[in-house]
Amino acid sequence: MSITIDQISKNFGGFQALNNVSLDIPEGQLTALLGPSGSGKTTLLRIIAGLESSDSGRILFGGDDVSQLHVRDRNIGFVFQHYALFRHLTVAENIAFGLESLPRKQRPSKPDIRQRVARLLEMIQLPELAKRYPAQLSGGQKQRVALARALATQPRILLLDEPFGALDAKVRKDLRRWLRALHDEYHFTSIFVTHDQEEALELSDQVVVMSQGKVEQVNSPTGLYARPESRFVFDFLGHVNVLAGVVKGQKLVQGDAWVSLPAVRNDQEAQLYLRPHEVQLARTPCAQAKLPLRIEAISLIGSEVRIELAPEGWQSDEIWEIGMSHAEFARQNPARGEFWYAVPGVGHLFVADSAQPRTIDWQYTEAANASSM
Amino acid sequence: MASHNRRIGDQPWVRRSLIGLAMALTIILLVIPVVLIFVQALGTGWSTFAGNVLDEYTLDAIGLTLFVAALTVPLNLVFGTALAWSVTRFRFPGRKLLITLIDIPFAVSPVVAGLLYLLLYGRNGWLGGWLSTHDVQLMFAWPGIVMVTVFVTCPFVARELIPLMQQQGSEEEEAGVVLGASGWRIFRKITLPNIKWALIYGVVLTNARAVGEFGAVSVVSGNIRGETNTLPLHVELLYQDYNIAGAFASASLLAGIAILTLIAKAFVEWRQSQTEDAAPEEGGA
Repeated sequence: MSITIDQISKNFGGFQALNNVSLDIPEGQLTALLGPSGSGKTTLLRIIAGLESSDSGRILFGGDDVSQLHVRDRNIGFVFQHYALFRHLTVAENIAFGLESLPRKQRPSKPDIRQRVARLLEMIQLPELAKRYPAQLSGGQKQRVALARALATQPRILLLDEPFGALDAKVRKDLRRWLRALHDEYHFTSIFVTHDQEEALELSDQVVVMSQGKVEQVNSPTGLYARPESRFVFDFLGHVNVLAGVVKGQKLVQGDAWVSLPAVRNDQEAQLYLRPHEVQLARTPCAQAKLPLRIEAISLIGSEVRIELAPEGWQSDEIWEIGMSHAEFARQNPARGEFWYAVPGVGHLFVADSAQPRTIDWQYTEAANASSM
Repeated sequence: MASHNRRIGDQPWVRRSLIGLAMALTIILLVIPVVLIFVQALGTGWSTFAGNVLDEYTLDAIGLTLFVAALTVPLNLVFGTALAWSVTRFRFPGRKLLITLIDIPFAVSPVVAGLLYLLLYGRNGWLGGWLSTHDVQLMFAWPGIVMVTVFVTCPFVARELIPLMQQQGSEEEEAGVVLGASGWRIFRKITLPNIKWALIYGVVLTNARAVGEFGAVSVVSGNIRGETNTLPLHVELLYQDYNIAGAFASASLLAGIAILTLIAKAFVEWRQSQTEDAAPEEGGA
């Protein structure tokens, strides 16, 4: 069932949590609402569920306006951040709760309910824990039970509020994979709220980036990562290196640093955003840029080597970060304290008069030639 | 240098004298008087005691006291639960004020409460005139006694529930409503089991206070023997009649109820700690 969010606004006292948000959630997909705390993502999820009312706007499920429908009658599955399992009921009773709450006419018979609970326990791979109480479960197990409970009445919409927020990294990864598999098997329409960009990009079909009660950008994970449309999205999707300067004679200049640009109006302020994987290191400056940096730290942990650098002869609010493969690292062998030049491959230029960035591709081949000269 | 590692006031003599002082004061101020009540009540023998307790007016007083408690406790159970529910589950203007107002009966002397009720509902009171023309007598009759007792004991249940319900939050109830449960089903299956022991604890305290209330009741009762005389008032009447044995016999009944209350309270507290141990909230914030 598709979900349409039509011009929803919500105020809490003087705080505008949602500002005229409109959004389409396609049927059968897993959509992430991604944003920092206070961006309105949880409020939006709760309004979709009916746990919160909006000041204005409509919510439609598959074309039907459900704005006035009580949460009880919306037939959605909702998974709470802290699981919200009923602490005085066993795991099996928790899962059966929704089925037993159905009106008498729709309610399955007792043996049917028992059978369905057993099947759901199989699905979450915890059949041996049926008689346990929530307090006797680990965080990951609680989350699985919460999911089974939400899915027991076979809702066509599943809403998850920071579903993995309270779990440790290892369990989180397992559960993510498991939820993805579950979703692919059952094809309900799901929305989950997260502040973790990695989680959003890994798990979802569509990412909705939110900030200050507004939708910043909607795209597939790959589309979003390839083409962030605003400074906010850039900042939020991971580390980004910034050169803020003034355009002078086809160059963006700040102190000793400069980067050559295609045609841009002179004498205006501009910021160039470069992501860690869009920059390489060289011992000498290249034809299209001169970005002197000193290596502050090298981290070898993970699939990539992460190098932190501080500007030399120019300024940057945040430290620069460059990622390179272990093979590349072994070849170039940079060391802490050494002096290097950054070689931009692809950059994203923000000029004062436009909100959207312009992507510039300098071509690595050229850069590689220049640095090897 | 070992003494440097000790916290202030941790020297053995400080500890011993503090514990000793606390014990001595407890015995002098609390234990001896309670024991004396029973000694005095039973000092003249079982038959006198039984005679005093089975005295017609004493039996009436016992009956009235239990009757008042039987009305007060359910009233305040409903009132306290509704109040705790509204201030912990809803946000509305005046919510903080309401939480403060609940404590008025704790802050106001019961005698003052009694006088206020008399002023409002007495024959010459603001509402009393209208009531008496309609032949309704609240003051100097059992309804007045119930009213002031309800007033004096109304914070107990709410005070027990509010912190607990605040700490538990409303997520479980939200989960229930998302799953399609009716309001009554949510209350019965989710809320009530979660607050059960706090509720019982509140009831025990309400009952103890309802049975023992003297000040407010004495103002509105009129002390009519056999009609508006509760057990605490009866003790005073007997004492003023120089019926010391009778006064102590009735007093021992009140003390007995108090001791039963303490036992019930200790049991409920023990059960509460048991359920908390069995259900440690983990991971949640």
